[in-house]
Parts: sequence; structure tokens; C-alpha cells
Amino acid sequence: MSAFIQYTLQGLATGGFYALAALGLAVIFGVMGVVNFSHGAMYMLGAVGSAVLLDVADIPFWGALVIVPILLFLFGVLVERLLVRWLLKLDPLYNFLLTFGLTLLIVDLVKRKYGVSGLPYELPAGLEGRVTVGGLSLSSYQLFAAFFSVALCVAVWLLLTKTRIGMIVRASTEDAERTRALGINVGRWVTPVFGFGIALAGVAGVLAAPFRAITADMGSNFIIILFAVVVIGGLGSILGAVIAGFLVGLVEAYGQAYAPSYAQVLIFVLMAAVVLVRPAGLFGREEAS
Amino acid sequence: MSAQLTETTRVETAASAAPDRKLNPFVRAGALVIALLAVLALPWLIYPPVAMDIMAWGLFAISIDLLLGFTGLLSFGHAMFWGTSAYVTGIIATRSGLPFHVAILGGAVVAMLLAVPTGYLAVRRTGIYFAMVTLAFAQMIFFIANQARDLTGGENGLQGIPKSFFGVELIENEPFYFYYAALPLILLGAFIAWRTVSSPFGRVLLAIRDNPARARALGYDVERYKIMVFVISAGIAGLAGGVFSVSHGFASLQELIWQTSGKVVLITVLGGIGTLWGGPLGAAVVVLLEDYLASSGFNGIGIITGTIFVLIVLLFRKGIWGTVADLVARIRGRAATAAQGKRDA
Repeated sequence: MSAFIQYTLQGLATGGFYALAALGLAVIFGVMGVVNFSHGAMYMLGAVGSAVLLDVADIPFWGALVIVPILLFLFGVLVERLLVRWLLKLDPLYNFLLTFGLTLLIVDLVKRKYGVSGLPYELPAGLEGRVTVGGLSLSSYQLFAAFFSVALCVAVWLLLTKTRIGMIVRASTEDAERTRALGINVGRWVTPVFGFGIALAGVAGVLAAPFRAITADMGSNFIIILFAVVVIGGLGSILGAVIAGFLVGLVEAYGQAYAPSYAQVLIFVLMAAVVLVRPAGLFGREEAS
Repeated sequence: MSAQLTETTRVETAASAAPDRKLNPFVRAGALVIALLAVLALPWLIYPPVAMDIMAWGLFAISIDLLLGFTGLLSFGHAMFWGTSAYVTGIIATRSGLPFHVAILGGAVVAMLLAVPTGYLAVRRTGIYFAMVTLAFAQMIFFIANQARDLTGGENGLQGIPKSFFGVELIENEPFYFYYAALPLILLGAFIAWRTVSSPFGRVLLAIRDNPARARALGYDVERYKIMVFVISAGIAGLAGGVFSVSHGFASLQELIWQTSGKVVLITVLGGIGTLWGGPLGAAVVVLLEDYLASSGFNGIGIITGTIFVLIVLLFRKGIWGTVADLVARIRGRAATAAQGKRDA
């Protein structure tokens, strides 16, 4: 039983990365209709960025958790302004292909600069130990990662549902044309939303840095699982992305515990089952055909 | 915004993807002869194994274009068919000692069998979702191949796939002669693609690409047609993957990884979507470029291919074949107008 709780915690921590990154993917998709293939690369940049900050400027985890997302926000703004913007009026496949090319570029640039072996990183100060709760010994960092990502997802949820900014973003997601007719400059919101989505992938990367291997390739499997997450949750749905993120994290953790060789395959079996039963995803709306 | 995603994709295709283009039969026969001569001359001009790579990747790109250019479906998981066939071909060739043609055909058949369930599930979604679902299934096959070490050799891959051909040593040992022995399989794949596109079946595919709702209203079972063309395309990708693995003498996980699916889409877009024959042109550019970069010791090929991809998508969406076809059409149009002007004067 205690092992089961251990796996659940691990699943929630991993699921937290998926949920945060999938949330970013869903927000970008909702407002811009763009499926950002480079999301895995941005997650990798988040982790590599933390390691580089520690190495070059001696900035620890807690500093990276603030600085890296800001840097990635700016990078996202740049990518949107220089590249993605020009293809927004065309078929969404073009931006999918553009961000795919960008992924190849970013990953190989990082590989050239930092090599293929993992960069060193340690557990943040104050979270190295383990916590004992009722006879259970849990890694305090995993506990923190799980709680932090849940809290951040809730915060973004509140931002989207309770504030004026959130209302504008949601309205643009629902019906950009009508939102424009109500006097909102939808175009002005596109750039910050893209940057915000990228920043969320960056946060997931920073959180992953202390207990995953930091390599240029760490995003390449991540992005595929992220796609499985949004297919399961329904790409249009922000709530679906978060719930499916945690669900996939749990499936992966239990899979690794009880059927280690097929842990990764299980995620895609889950996705196939969802596509078979509910093609639009668990929380997505049926598409007209 | 999401309305555009509920329909089959609309990508810029070249003129040749339009059904009503008629070519002078002499021009057509001439073009066919020139193309065949170019294909036959290729191993004289460049290193024969590289020539074989160009043909294999070119056929692979044709299988993508059949879906993307002529049915409006972007498969981002075609490495699963290329790679599955590479492994199955390798297993048949190594264990049975049958001529490599039989092994490759066996690989292509298994790729088609794999395409039935994956296609059935994938066609339930359209547009960008189709790309994501195919990508995820390909990753699943990747993990399964990685686990099934007894069959695939896991991380090491399958080594020493023989080029068995009735004991004819020239073909079995010399890449130059192997090229000509394997070429019929490439041409078979290209012929199947061409027949598919120019048949009544192909016209239904175009109708689905341009307006799925209308095709459905006309009584066509859209999903069935999509699954059928998906299976045909998988078979062509399987032929290409089998030729590739026999030519190199090994099959590895590299053949199943998603970057391979991405590379073939890059080749297709570079050649020109909806042109069918743009694929081999794009393959020639990409394979020669990679060969050059690898031999000059540059590490980080993705920096170059990624940049090319970004530039094509931003500035050059019709690809090589599409751009040339447009230019030819424009010059012809101008000549026709000029002739008209002279007559009027």
C-alpha cells in the first residue's frame, strides 16, 4: 500500500509537468489555432536554462523558477512576432510544420553547445530530504513538484475564469470574430498568449530539472506524450488538458511500477481507446463532419 | 477558428493536383523517357548507395504526397510503416535466405496490415488531429520495437541483412548493380501511386480533399476511402523502407523514430505538395545535402534541415516542382496571350 502511494505521488509529480505544458499548448491552440510542435523543445530549454543559470551565474533552483519562465516568455514573443504570425491565416498544418522545423533547429543548437550527455543539477535547497507522513517516507521534492503544479494550474484556471484578461482570452478562443465585433483587439492578445504558453512549458522544464536527466533530447519524447495528452483531453478544452495530463502521469508511474517495459506503450493504448470511444477526447466537443 | 479544423486540410497544392490538366501525349511520353533516363543514369553520376537512398526516400515522399496532396491528410507517423517494413524485410531476408525482392514485398504487406487498425482509428480525426494521432501511434510502434529485442535487436538493431539474389554475386556485393536490381520495386511503388491518383478512385480522393461534406452527400463513404488510401500509402512506404534496409544491410530504431516521419514530410513539402514527382526531387536535395554535411564533419544536421524547413514553410510553400510548374504555366500563358495579340493585330 505504501508503495502504491509512492507511485501515486510520483505520477502526480510527472503528471504536473504534462498538465502545465499541455495547458500551455491548449491555451495557444485555443486563441491562435496553432499546435505548437516546439513545446517539447521549450520544455527542454526550461530545464537546460536552469542548469546553465546555476553553472554560469550561480543562480539556484528558486531563482531559475522565476527567471527561466520570463526568458522563455520573451523568446515565445520573439518566435510569434518573427515566424508564427505570418502563417496564422493559412492552414494550421503550416504552423505545425514551421514549429517542427524550429524544434530540429533548437535541439541541434543546444546539442552543439552543451553536448549530448546530461547536465548536472541538484535538488533545490530545503527539499533534499524526505518527509514522513504516517509511516510513509516520501521525497519532499516530488511532493513539492506535485503541489506546485496543481497550484499553478489552479492559478491559471482562476486567471482565465475570474479576471477580465481571462474573459477576453476565453472569448477569443470561443469566437474571435464576435469578440472583435465587441471592440476587443484580438490581435493584440495573440503575442502575449503565445509567450505565456511557452512560459508554462518552461516552468514544467524547470520543475523537471532536479530529477530528470537534462539533455538536448529530453523534449523529444515529451512532446509526443503531450500530443497524446491533448488528444485524450480534447485539444479545445483547457480543463481536459490538465486532467488528462495528471491521468497520463499516473498511468506512466503505475506502468513503470507494475509493467516497466510497457509503461510508455500504455499511454498510447489509452489514447487509442479514447479515440475509439470518444474521438473528440474526454472533454472535447464533437466535431461536425 | 476551430471551424477550419473540422474540415479536411487545405494546403497549397501545385497545378498538377488539379484534375483537368491535359498534357500533349508527345510531351508526356518525352517527359516519361527523360525521367526514366535520369533514374537509370543516377548511379553513374553519384555514389550508388546514395543514389539508392534518393530513390528510397523519394518513394517514401510519394507515399506521403498520396495522402497529403491528394487526400488532404497529413500523416506524421509514416516512419511506422517504413520502419516496420525495414525490420520485417530484414527478418525475412536474414532467416529465410529468400531473394531480397520477396523479403521487401513481405515487409510491405506487413506495413499494410499495420495500416488497417491505425488507419481505422486515425481517420476518426481530421486535419491537425490526424497528424497528432498518427504521430502517437508511430511512437507506440517505436516503443514496442524497442522492447521486442528478440525480433528487432533492440538498441542494436538488425545487423547483416543479406542482399540475397539467386547467388548472383555482382548484385549481392556491388551497390552499383544492386541499384538496378532494386529499382523495379521503386518503380512499382511509383506506378501504384500514379495509378491510384489517376483512377476514378483518385478522383473521389480529390473530392474528399476539396470538400468532404459534399463527397459524403454524393454517397461516398469518406472514412472507407481514407482508410483504403492510407493502406495503399503504407504499402508504398513499406516498399521504400524495405529497399532502404536491404541497401544498408541493417534496420535500426532510427527507422521508426518520429524524426524520420518529420524528414519525409520535409522532403515532400520541399518537392511540392500535390505533385507526386516532387518527392524524388526533394529527396535528392535532402539526401545529397545530408551526405555532404556528414562527410564534411559538420555536427548538427538539424540546424540546416530545420532552417530549410522554416524557410520553405514561410516563403516557398509550393516546393520545387510546384514553383517550376507555376513558372512554366505563366510563361506559356504569356506566350498564348502574345500569340493572341499578334493574330488580333
